[in-house]
Amino acid sequence: MKPALFDYVAPETVEAAVAALAGDETARPLAGGQSLIPTMNFRLSTPGRLVDLQRIAALRGIAVEGGTIRVGAMTRHRELETDAAANAANPLIGEVLDNVAHIAIRNRGTVGGSIAHADPAAELPCLLVATGGAVTVEGPGGSREIAAADLFRFHMTTSLDQAEILTEIRIPALAPATGYAFEEFARRKGDYALAGVCTLLTVEGGVCRAARIAACGIASRPVRLAAAEDALAGGTLDEAARNAAGEAAKEYVTAQADLQASEAYRKDLLAALVRRTAATAAKRAGG
Amino acid sequence: MSTRQFGEPVQRNADPALLKGEGAFIDDISLPGALHAAFVRSAHARARIRSIDTSQAEVLPDVVAVYTADDIGALDAELPMLIPHPCITSGGKTQRPLARGDVFYAGQCIAMVVAVDRYAAEDACAAIAVEYEPLPVELDLDRAVADGAPLVHDDIPNNVAAHFVQQSGDPDAAFAAAEHTTTVRVRLERSTAAPMECRAVAARWDGVSGELTVWDSTQATISVRGGLASLFDIDEDRIRVIAPNVGGGFGQKIMMFHPDEILVPYAAMELDRPVKYIEDRVENFIGASQERAQIHEISLAARKDGTVLALRDSFVHDTGAFIPYGIAVAQVASTSIAGPYRIPDIWVEMTLVYTPCVQVTPYRGCGRPQACFAIERALDQLADELGIDRTEIRRRNFIGPGEFPYVRDGLLFADGLAVNYDSGEYEKALDLITETVDLASFRTEQEAARAAGRYLGFGLGFYVEGTGLGPYEGGHVKVHPITGKVYVTTGLTSQGQGHETVFAQIAADQVGCDVKDVIFAEGDTQAHEWGVATFASRAAVVSGNAIHKAAVKARARIIAAAANMLETDEDSIELRDGRAWIVDGNRSVSLAEIATASNPLRYAFNEASQTATQFAPASTHDGPPLAEGQAPGIEETDYFSPSHATWAYGVHAAIVEFFPDTCAMEIRRYLCIHDCGNMINPMIVEGQVMGGIGQGIGGAFYERCAFDENGTPLAANFMDFLMPYATEVPDAEILHMETPSPLNPLGIKGVGEAGTIPVSQVVASAMEDALAPLGIAPVRESPMSPDMIHRLLSEARSR
Ligand SMILES: Cc1cc2nc3c(=O)[nH]c(=O)nc-3n(C[C@H](O)[C@H](O)[C@H](O)COP(=O)(O)OP(=O)(O)OC[C@H]3O[C@@H](n4cnc5c(N)ncnc54)[C@H](O)[C@@H]3O)c2cc1C
Repeated sequence: MKPALFDYVAPETVEAAVAALAGDETARPLAGGQSLIPTMNFRLSTPGRLVDLQRIAALRGIAVEGGTIRVGAMTRHRELETDAAANAANPLIGEVLDNVAHIAIRNRGTVGGSIAHADPAAELPCLLVATGGAVTVEGPGGSREIAAADLFRFHMTTSLDQAEILTEIRIPALAPATGYAFEEFARRKGDYALAGVCTLLTVEGGVCRAARIAACGIASRPVRLAAAEDALAGGTLDEAARNAAGEAAKEYVTAQADLQASEAYRKDLLAALVRRTAATAAKRAGG
Repeated sequence: MSTRQFGEPVQRNADPALLKGEGAFIDDISLPGALHAAFVRSAHARARIRSIDTSQAEVLPDVVAVYTADDIGALDAELPMLIPHPCITSGGKTQRPLARGDVFYAGQCIAMVVAVDRYAAEDACAAIAVEYEPLPVELDLDRAVADGAPLVHDDIPNNVAAHFVQQSGDPDAAFAAAEHTTTVRVRLERSTAAPMECRAVAARWDGVSGELTVWDSTQATISVRGGLASLFDIDEDRIRVIAPNVGGGFGQKIMMFHPDEILVPYAAMELDRPVKYIEDRVENFIGASQERAQIHEISLAARKDGTVLALRDSFVHDTGAFIPYGIAVAQVASTSIAGPYRIPDIWVEMTLVYTPCVQVTPYRGCGRPQACFAIERALDQLADELGIDRTEIRRRNFIGPGEFPYVRDGLLFADGLAVNYDSGEYEKALDLITETVDLASFRTEQEAARAAGRYLGFGLGFYVEGTGLGPYEGGHVKVHPITGKVYVTTGLTSQGQGHETVFAQIAADQVGCDVKDVIFAEGDTQAHEWGVATFASRAAVVSGNAIHKAAVKARARIIAAAANMLETDEDSIELRDGRAWIVDGNRSVSLAEIATASNPLRYAFNEASQTATQFAPASTHDGPPLAEGQAPGIEETDYFSPSHATWAYGVHAAIVEFFPDTCAMEIRRYLCIHDCGNMINPMIVEGQVMGGIGQGIGGAFYERCAFDENGTPLAANFMDFLMPYATEVPDAEILHMETPSPLNPLGIKGVGEAGTIPVSQVVASAMEDALAPLGIAPVRESPMSPDMIHRLLSEARSR
């Protein structure tokens, strides 16, 4: 469990980092290292060069501006989790991050790293999809924006090019009259979830005006559960509606059975989490 | 009198250094110029090796040597069969240090690279090309013994590694006459100890003195020394084996010779350079011993009132590809099968099966969790069938306090002697747990919860544990003349259990000093020459009593010398606070002075030692300074060899809540009553029990060494092999009972494995109780995952 030989550079600007990536097609950015280093130790990945982003001050920090929470890619999980302004703007953030690994790992792991890593069971990508967030990436050809819906492609695969760096993550603030909930089920506290669900319900006059529901751990990437959203939107969020949403969610399970969950179990689990989060979100929306 | 230390919750001596990171584990031992080893391991479970090409690796700049089976001389032979038994087919298969011709499990060592560092060694491993011809495999235990199943070893028909039947009484007659019989089939999965510190070995050869020093994170330094001496044909006293701080063993490190344990010393001698091997986590998952997989089919013959008359158990045991530790695990399972119950007539059949997986040798519990799961699940079912409360049926079958010693003739335990329970208060333990948990009010709460759509359950499990096996251990006690400190040694090793503290308590009580003034050493063949090893919950019983006996003798010498120095008779001497006092007087001499005076000196280095030199007044005596037959100083050695195992026992119970939507189960309360005889240190006992419960929770819910149908390990890391975190282990309420063992002077029994044994049963029983309204089938497997419960629930719904 020792990595193969690699070069290491630690530039101080995004431009220098992009240049270092562009100069070697086997180069990879290194953020908190909580995912990349283990895969290198297992020799599952053998980058020829690591471009450490830790010294790039411009990649850190959190700002809440005009209904958007802007998070620098190198912001540690724990910094975002405990940031008062960000959580005031969208309390879903803290609820989600509490489920990401353990505090020691959250102290090193970065928001950008988690998003770029794109583990289909990871919570932050699910949050980004559920809230309809976006990211900014910087590459040899300049910078571009990618909406959450276009970012996650497949297991550990995003629409970033090899020499592109994710610089900022933007999470919308919680909309008015909107209740939120995140719940997941993992075998052990802090593990990647067998399934996790992020639910946002906007409720007016006892009726659900808008529903956004996304899940992790059930497919090759985080997915919107449109059919479950449809089952809730326009209705009164009663138990029957929540049950219908849970049932509707099952069709989105495409993950293969693994050591911890058969397909049937994962489907039932997903349905349960949709029901539970819908109930919590409805209550929080005051509905 | 000094306050007695035995029985006190004395703080563990070793912790401050360990907590400050000052421990020295093998990787911390600095060996200047050391080389590092890494292994090429088989990618297949069962295959013929067509070719091994090391040429690309050999030319790498940092590589010093590459070894295959062709390069290790006389070591290229099957490793020792440690515990032979006549029932083992053809004497039993053990592995070679490096595979020759065939590989038998994924993870088996094929080549060893020695390089300047581990990075370079792993690079070189990746450059070694092995061509395999994969062979068919069968991992399912039932199918593996069927005719025509693929064979692990060509010359072992039906993969049967051993077959053995033991019988006590006349079970056939009892079954024929029974009013009721019941049968259950239970299955436990393969697991592994996963110690925090993986296995590790370092070796240094001194060509000038011809001395080999081996640091081995083993539980058995003295036995390893014996093995190395025999394999290398070197005098035993030229080999020193040291187990420094060891980060957990749990039985995995009692297994000796994993290949690295001899190949690393071999390379150190051959290359005349120190060599280190630090097993990594993946290697520990694929190359180090595992345990647990058994399938039991157990039947009980009973009267309608629940009295169990006879038991038949036929089980298959997965021994992996090799059987170096003999039938030990299966034998312990087979002899623990009747638990604390009278059951006079017993028939047990065991079939040990070769599978293309890493070898099975003892892991904390060693067959007992399996036996406990089998008998306790069967007893629950019997109770249900007869309409008797699950608690009550146990009460009706306990061996009573007046029935000891209780012998099961015909069942030979792991020490080769008939099972012979020495003492216990089983019913009292059961009463204590049901009272503490307040079962009656729980039943009310359970009913109310059910009405509200919530699922609570109660379960319990009883176990017995044969502990403290022979053959023997020694204890050595010496009072140092300069410092007055008390030096105690034994031939064991410690993996963090607290030996240094409990053995200090035992010695301090006799010599009358503070526990902190006892300096304890073990885990070094130069500290103590004779002994066996740490295993089978035996350290406290066997070494504890040996140290006690040696300390009693040292005490007598201290008192005799002190009486002489204080010019009084021996009955007037008492020992406390590191001094010998005249009873009811204020005159005293220190242990240092006594030790000094007991050692005639020529040179004086301090005031105390002046009294022992030739012209001092105290030195006037007839004859030589050291009388014929007398030894210098205060120093004593003694040994303890138990007549047979001493049987500890206990009962655990849990209240659980089950959540049907996620299939999660939460332990709301976990209780443990245990009895390990007289406790040397209740705090350390609690630590042992709690750690055991943690491992038991792992076994009950999480841990499974899964393989795919080709025999490839699927859970060879901590993401896939789920060891519970602290967040998954419930706080346990631990209550002690103390029924002394009549088999040793201190009246103690072992406690090392206790906590792990009944947990799967407790969880299964509680789960059945919680889910009773949902009509699920009985729980017959461990571990019990949400996925498995989901399956049971789905089956119940579709019925
Ligand atoms: C025991 C354990 C448990 C965990 N449990 C969870 C969990 O429950 N949920 C969860 O979501 N995660 C979990 N993780 C992963 C953890 O959250 C990681 O920190 C995270 O996934 C990656 O963040 P990082 O900063 O460590 O990235 P790194 O490991 O440094 O990088 C990960 C990948 O992203 C790329 N990358 C990183 N930053 C950028 C960037 N700015 N631009 C472009 N590419 C980039 C890297 O090249 C690499 O491919 C766990 C990790 C451990 C060790």
